[in-house]
Amino acid sequence: MDIKMVNLTKIFTSKNRKEVQAVSHVDLTIPSGKLIGLLGPSGCGKSTTLYLIAGLLKQNEGQIFFGEDEVSEMPPEKRGIGLVFQNYALYPHFTVRENILFPLQNLHVPKEEAKQRTFEMAKLVGLEEMLDRKPKELSGGQQQRVAIARALVKKPRVLLLDEPLSNLDARLRLQTREEIKRIQRETGITTVFVTHDQEEAMSISDEIVVMKDGVIQQMGQPQDVYDHPVNLFVAKFLGSPQINVFDGVIEAGKVLIDGMAVGATELPDQKVVIGIRPEGLQVDKTALSPFKFEIDLVETIGRDTTLIIEVTSEESTLLDKKTFKAIVDAENRIRPKDVIHFVVKPEKMHIFGLDGKHL
Amino acid sequence: METKNNWKAWLYLAPMLLLMSVFTFYPLINAFIISFYKGYRPLQNSIEGFTLLGNYLLILRNPLFWNAMKNTFVIAFISVPVSIFLSLAIAVGLKSIPKLNKFFQTVFFLPYVTNSIAVGMAFAVMFHKNYGLINAILERLGFAGRIDWIGGTSSWWTQMVALLIFTVWESLAFKILVFTSGMQNIDKQYYDAAKIDSASKWTVFRRITVPLLSPIILYISITSMIGALKAYNSVIGLFGVKLGNPSNSMITIVAFVYKYRAELASPGYYSYAAASAIILFIITVIFSLIQGAVSKKRVHY
Repeated sequence: MDIKMVNLTKIFTSKNRKEVQAVSHVDLTIPSGKLIGLLGPSGCGKSTTLYLIAGLLKQNEGQIFFGEDEVSEMPPEKRGIGLVFQNYALYPHFTVRENILFPLQNLHVPKEEAKQRTFEMAKLVGLEEMLDRKPKELSGGQQQRVAIARALVKKPRVLLLDEPLSNLDARLRLQTREEIKRIQRETGITTVFVTHDQEEAMSISDEIVVMKDGVIQQMGQPQDVYDHPVNLFVAKFLGSPQINVFDGVIEAGKVLIDGMAVGATELPDQKVVIGIRPEGLQVDKTALSPFKFEIDLVETIGRDTTLIIEVTSEESTLLDKKTFKAIVDAENRIRPKDVIHFVVKPEKMHIFGLDGKHL
Repeated sequence: METKNNWKAWLYLAPMLLLMSVFTFYPLINAFIISFYKGYRPLQNSIEGFTLLGNYLLILRNPLFWNAMKNTFVIAFISVPVSIFLSLAIAVGLKSIPKLNKFFQTVFFLPYVTNSIAVGMAFAVMFHKNYGLINAILERLGFAGRIDWIGGTSSWWTQMVALLIFTVWESLAFKILVFTSGMQNIDKQYYDAAKIDSASKWTVFRRITVPLLSPIILYISITSMIGALKAYNSVIGLFGVKLGNPSNSMITIVAFVYKYRAELASPGYYSYAAASAIILFIITVIFSLIQGAVSKKRVHY
């Protein structure tokens, strides 16, 4: 069952009566049975959107539909959602069993059936051995899975996860995100999860939705969004290390950074902002390319080498930062102080207007 | 290093220990000693000898003491649970009206800062047979026969009901305050989670609020049980020094202690007071121990 949001708006009023549009006229359809990552920096409105879907917050404007069913005015308990909170919100005085059983008791599911379903859920998340423990006797990852089981046991129409991995350590995070993917696949439930970690979102989502300042920037399959960002914000937000951004100009079909040609285009002459993914900078072995820099730092990690170039000049065309990065094959054996000529892979270069829109 | 720290610890504790020695430990030990005196005359400071259990046995054979025990226990066992339940309900209610919360918190706290003797007198007027508010309300509701709650023709029952209403009302304030602040410490996410889990308001109260508040409920039940066992002001306030109708029918253990302590001229009475105070002390300790033991099983965390 898909989730449709129409013109959804949420305004918070702060203490000094300033109004903030946390979610601003969002139109979004989340396809049925998919795992969707809502992604954005903190304060972008992604959690607010999630809580609006859940019904724990009420929109100021707009509508929400679950399939054909409008839920905009429904209280959360009527919407048929499962929600996993950021810090899980497991009831500390209940055992794992009681935690999972709690929603079923409230829905007056017959005892035997409730018992059966609780056990099945515990099995799905791999905790059937831990049913009699209290939450504080479990690890963070296990608590997370109890929270998922509690959310899923009542067979909700939609599963919502608020920063599901942020309270876990790095290793557990990898493990748990695969676990979430597996559980979502097995149950086939429409799932929305919120995260500020682009890598996390890209690795498990069927589609990602990038938000900024309460406005949806772009939605699509992770690789598509990465390859075709609609604006500079999306380009910068996705990818690690971050995309390198330069001031540039287009002159007679040539893309120039600091007067050095880095590519060709059919765009008319104008000032532009040029983004080049670190992996889009390749070493030009012929040394003919005019795009050359002295390397300051070299980090080799396994198959890749990251070249770090410091830009010291006052009139630098590099935007935002003092360094930019190139990821090249380790076989190049580059040392600091080497002067390297780069060629730019055209598909890894993005040209933006001065307003940040992709041209 | 360690000895130095010890020395400092004692230094910091000294003022408190000094005050407690003078006003708590010394009187307690002294009461113990006095309870073993025979024919003690406090004004002359003379005794006729010692007795181990004589004073205690005399008290236990005194019907007035048993009357005091009965009244005290009725007050403790009825007013404490009733007031805990009511104050919990009020605290939960206050939580659901965030706008008027502050105002009502003040209103409910007023009884705590007013003098219980004065309030008791106000209640005595309210319970008056002919001019009282209570009978006026009952009449409006259709109960024709005026009840003499605490007057010359009142029974033990009506007086006890009046006393219990007064005691509960008086003890609500502090409990509401503590429960309200206790509830503010419960993570709001549990309530959001309960909403998502389709829990009814009653289920939320019974299965989430109360268990998560259980350490505070235990604290309140111990302190108010001890407070109720020491009931005195409310009796004096409501019934005056006659302590009910007929005299002494509403007597409590503390009132019993005070009654005998006041008879300075009669030899030995002072020792009865001391002995009954010790009995009250022992009862209080036993209650605290029982509640502590119960809490290990029932209180979460």
